[in-house]
Amino acid sequence: MEVIINGDQHLIDSSYSLMDLLVNLEMTQGQIAVELNGEIIPKSTFQQQQLSDGDKIEIIQAIGGG
Amino acid sequence: MTQHEDTALQVAGKTYQSRLIIGSGKYRDFDENLAALEASGAEIITVAIRRVNLGQNADEPSLFDVISPEKYTILPNTAGCYTAEDAVRTCRMARELLDGHKLVKLEVLGDQTTLYPNVTETLEAAEELVKEDFDVMVYTSDDPLVAKRLEEIGCVAVMPLGAPIGSGLGIRNPYNIRLILENANVPIIVDAGVGTASDATIAMELGCDGVLMNTAIAEAKQPILMASAMKKAVESGRQAFLAGRMPRRLYASASSPIDGTFF
Repeated sequence: MEVIINGDQHLIDSSYSLMDLLVNLEMTQGQIAVELNGEIIPKSTFQQQQLSDGDKIEIIQAIGGG
Repeated sequence: MTQHEDTALQVAGKTYQSRLIIGSGKYRDFDENLAALEASGAEIITVAIRRVNLGQNADEPSLFDVISPEKYTILPNTAGCYTAEDAVRTCRMARELLDGHKLVKLEVLGDQTTLYPNVTETLEAAEELVKEDFDVMVYTSDDPLVAKRLEEIGCVAVMPLGAPIGSGLGIRNPYNIRLILENANVPIIVDAGVGTASDATIAMELGCDGVLMNTAIAEAKQPILMASAMKKAVESGRQAFLAGRMPRRLYASASSPIDGTFF
């Protein structure tokens, strides 16, 4: 299925949970936050959160800024 | 201070010995940023919230690997937001990112060339964020009425600009900053415009509770040395404010007595 991650289209396995996706993207180490279709997904529920075709996912981090 | 005890800066119930807040943008790397942070004595550091780079190396250090959220108060900002909606969304993401951390720097910009705050959007975002139990430190114009309104909404600190972000033009309207200070019941922190140490001192001499800066340190030829200068500048300005300056006179007033002259 196709999802949009940080504005770009990606083909992913349709069985993926949000956690599976993050593992696949090697995003589990750093401090991140995730929004799924405009809703913030608490870190504690990454594993249970299933993804669907057309989902819009934002993965954010803190960077340098004033 | 040795002679007279100053009261420490208090923001959202937390006490800070330093009245200087610095940013983490525009530095060469995280190490230079950390060295500047240490030299500045600042205890609060701003960060921006952005998309992760999907291709990024998982082993590459992140900002928080170098600047520890355990040691420093992280102040996530809403830089780059031009609407209240985007700013509120950014704060919610920051709170999730930082495990429930409530302190945010709200800035809603209105124009790309001046980066002047969009005050109406700022007020709207501030109301929503306070309702959602955020501790809001708010960047705003130097309009005393708007500053007061932001305090009434429940912002924990009001942060008027001294000059446009990154301009280094200094405190362009000290009289407005004074008007804001006269009516304030929350910390007033000059945010943006400082170019060099004397600018920070001027802000503090006016009676501001603190100064927030990024570019003045990061874009100095030697950022770490400038960070040290800023630490002293903020402390000097604070002490001068507490000491109370002498009145200005048009004519001279001799420092040596006339009595006892033998000529």
